[in-house]
Amino acid sequence: MAYDKFTVLTSTAVPLPTENVDTDQIIPARFLKATERAGFGDNLFRDWRYDVEGNPKKDFVLNDPTYSGKILVAGKNFGSGSSREHAVWAIYDYGFRCVVSSFFADIFKNNCLNIGVLPVTVSPEFADKLLAAIEAEPSTEIEVNLPEQKITLLSTGEFESFDINEYKKSNMQNGFDDIDYLLNMSTEIDAFAADR
Amino acid sequence: MEKTTLFDKIWDSHVVKSVPAGPDVFFIDKHFIHEVTSPVAFLNLETRGIGVKYPHRTIATPDHNVPTVDQDQTIKDKLSRMQVEKLRENCKKYGIELHDLGTAHHGIVHVIGPELGVTQPGMTIVCGDSHTSTHGAFGAIAFGIGTSEVEMVLATQCIMQSKPKKMRISVDGELGKGVTSKDIILYIISKISAAGATGYFVEYAGSAIQNLSMEARMTICNMSIEMGARGGLIAPDETTFNYLEGKQYAPQGEEWDKAVAYWKTLKTDEGATFDKEYNFDAADIEPMITYGTNPGMGIKVVGNIPSTEGMEGSNKTSYLKSLNYMGFEPGEPVKGKQVDYVFVGSCTNGRIEDIRAVAEFVKGHKKADNITAWIVPGSREVEKQAHEEGLVKILEEAGFELRQPGCSACLAMNDDKIPSGKYAVSTSNRNFEGRQGPGARTMLASPLTVAAVAVTGKITDPREVFEN
Repeated sequence: MAYDKFTVLTSTAVPLPTENVDTDQIIPARFLKATERAGFGDNLFRDWRYDVEGNPKKDFVLNDPTYSGKILVAGKNFGSGSSREHAVWAIYDYGFRCVVSSFFADIFKNNCLNIGVLPVTVSPEFADKLLAAIEAEPSTEIEVNLPEQKITLLSTGEFESFDINEYKKSNMQNGFDDIDYLLNMSTEIDAFAADR
Repeated sequence: MEKTTLFDKIWDSHVVKSVPAGPDVFFIDKHFIHEVTSPVAFLNLETRGIGVKYPHRTIATPDHNVPTVDQDQTIKDKLSRMQVEKLRENCKKYGIELHDLGTAHHGIVHVIGPELGVTQPGMTIVCGDSHTSTHGAFGAIAFGIGTSEVEMVLATQCIMQSKPKKMRISVDGELGKGVTSKDIILYIISKISAAGATGYFVEYAGSAIQNLSMEARMTICNMSIEMGARGGLIAPDETTFNYLEGKQYAPQGEEWDKAVAYWKTLKTDEGATFDKEYNFDAADIEPMITYGTNPGMGIKVVGNIPSTEGMEGSNKTSYLKSLNYMGFEPGEPVKGKQVDYVFVGSCTNGRIEDIRAVAEFVKGHKKADNITAWIVPGSREVEKQAHEEGLVKILEEAGFELRQPGCSACLAMNDDKIPSGKYAVSTSNRNFEGRQGPGARTMLASPLTVAAVAVTGKITDPREVFEN
């Protein structure tokens, strides 16, 4: 479904350096029982964020008022495991619009692009630099510039370019999704399907 | 002529159009749906005011959240019941074939697809579930998708996908005694890591793969996603054709002959190139088990948990966080550790061959007193066969509890949860934190290893317990 257009995002960021964060951590299976897309942000990182009684765990970054922002800077191999799009819904619903990592799992990355969360892949060195800068100074701002495909640590001006294919880039900038494109191809698809 | 891989042949023949500097418009032959990842897709169709383009190309079954007891009664959990009812409603409204709870072909979507013969060589198959890779065992391109893509397939029978890179993993030679296809895949993932195949589509090849049954091949392809691969496939051969012949949705008569002639062309040309290749010797593989919280953290059952030597920074922190969750120390052996639960089931190892293997091994034994043993068939058909072959009797005599088909404790969306802090040795596919219930500690292994653990009550190499 349509989502907010993404062009340039300037925001503080939340650091989560843990590696191999799978989508079961992002949203555990028991919270997938909805028939509508609503309220998933409340259960983002549920079992890392709350104890069994539902009390916030003090040592988890989302419960630390020091950090906030629309950008999540994550560890290597973020979003592995289950294809549940609910993981990205939870990230979006919580308020993040961009996830930065040195390595994303494949399906997760696709899901992000399909609902308007920008996955930005940076080098491991730049990821470490961002994490160190945020942890040293939580008010540090990061600029994610989609038209220029550039991510900048504003305090020092250090930046890196990132990849995204032109088609997806244009979709993100315009808030379009793939169905808009596919529905316009109906005749071609019918012709193709007729032979199969 | 250009030398191409099996993957290229299938992929390229399903591209409706290549978007310049973008993905391919990729045609999907078969689409499986279940109750958890489809409702929002249907809801979005309604919002857009569009319908399902080709209802006959989609098949549905409720599997993820369903109870594994009293399936003939109304589902007690309100949210689960609503999802299942929504699936029924949507299937009825759009004319989609549904294999509902209690019907002859109900079961885990990746078990019933092959059983019905819906899954066939050369097809493109998707489902809103990452273990859709299972169907690759038939020489199909099959992979998991998100709900937005489920909506795309319902609406247009296509998705927008960039073609992944190609990897070949060859396993040659003879497997040792007590070593199964589950051990092969756990071994491969332990070697190349839980992210080692991200961005790739894998072809499994080599004599050790060719010698496997269809069930065993499905176990391997099923776990392709656990090393990050979008999917994995195996070239179809006589084993594949024999499995499919006579199945409900398999081609019949002349159509069958035509299909087989085509299927025989589905293989990688000699000299075709891959972006990455791995070669393993089957003789090096021993019964495997995981000790951490991703499927790449596997060792042989008689091995030691790796030490932290050479690790630093967030790599070491993440590793220790994982071991801390499991209650293990770096460097210690896993063999002999006490276990609380065993789970036989899931789309990885919930097929008749898996249940047969466990039954053969535990025949005449009793489960250990400290063990709760659950066996959950992958489908009604598997359940029926297990009864007919007398396997259920053997398992019940050994103290196993037979439950009704579903995903069950693999992801613990229903009541089949491992309690916090308890250890479960499981034939399923993921040992993530909380996967089998909040705080549950999962160790993945083959059905044979699970049988050995059930009988001894602790981590045990199956070769030490059972003769032959």
